[in-house]
Amino acid sequence: MQQENAVHKEERVTFTLAGALAGARKCVPVAISGCATGLVFGTLAGQAGLGVGEAALMSAFVFSGAAQFLVLGLWASPLPLAAIVLTTLIVGLRHLLMGAALGPVFSRLPRLKAYGSVYFMADENWALTMGEFDKGRRDGAFLLGGGLLDVFAWTTSTFVGGAFGGAVEDPARWGLDFAFTAIFLALIASMWKGKTNILPWTVAAAVSVAAHHWLPGQWYILLGGLAGSFAGVVRRGP
Amino acid sequence: MGLDPLTLLAIVLMALATYATRAGGLWLANRFELSERAGAWLDAIPGAILVSLVAPTVLTSGLAEALAAVAVVVVALRSGSLPLAMVTGVVAVVLLRAVVAGLA
Repeated sequence: MQQENAVHKEERVTFTLAGALAGARKCVPVAISGCATGLVFGTLAGQAGLGVGEAALMSAFVFSGAAQFLVLGLWASPLPLAAIVLTTLIVGLRHLLMGAALGPVFSRLPRLKAYGSVYFMADENWALTMGEFDKGRRDGAFLLGGGLLDVFAWTTSTFVGGAFGGAVEDPARWGLDFAFTAIFLALIASMWKGKTNILPWTVAAAVSVAAHHWLPGQWYILLGGLAGSFAGVVRRGP
Repeated sequence: MGLDPLTLLAIVLMALATYATRAGGLWLANRFELSERAGAWLDAIPGAILVSLVAPTVLTSGLAEALAAVAVVVVALRSGSLPLAMVTGVVAVVLLRAVVAGLA
């Protein structure tokens, strides 16, 4: 499956321990704010009727905050399995787009490393990884390192939240709900290349705000991402 | 800490569903020879997704969030430091929310 890519053809792609460690280090602030969210998830999961162990298992294996919070709303006896799986799939649709963006670099890794690493792909470590690739540092293990730290933080904080439920106050009181927004904003600032970004980013912002207003759930991320990235290509002409 | 079999099944199915979406995009990108246009499209995805993730919070939550976002971008551009930008955002949003609530 060795194939030439039109983009980034010339740069070397590596997969090193140093890359994984760099990814983990860059993810420390993300993991810390992720812990606050994990505590809340663990608490709410307990209230929804999940055992502490079950909630922690879900965090370890599903590793998707958005999907996990949403299915808690569906949790009932008997479990509506079809609705739970469908919700998870729909929330995960944005991962398709994110995984595709990894393609030009990840297609040149051995298959096991590439497909093993994407198991640990979440919004945050994916965004940090794209920032690294953007700067020309193409180490595929960066995603894995950040993801491993993230999943560890997410799972342990879920467990703690479930075991000591109620101990967590509203994260918004401490501004922690804004932590991820701040990280994403800083990454956007670092990706700014000039005027070429204006149109796609304006389109993305407009579509996501509209979709957030009129559609339920997480559609705004996928729709904004699709509209913005297409606007970026159309602009270049045929 | 009992484990209910049906709950475990739900967790396994959810794990399979998320992994399918995580691996699916990469699989599709690997499947096709990428034209220059497709490459340009993939290059445009990260910025567009990140903007979509934050736009509703930044633009529609209120004055405190919008101003805190400006502070984050200024600090990020000046310092290039992600942790510093994050701390700035968290502190700024707490202070600004207090100010906005005080004015209201």
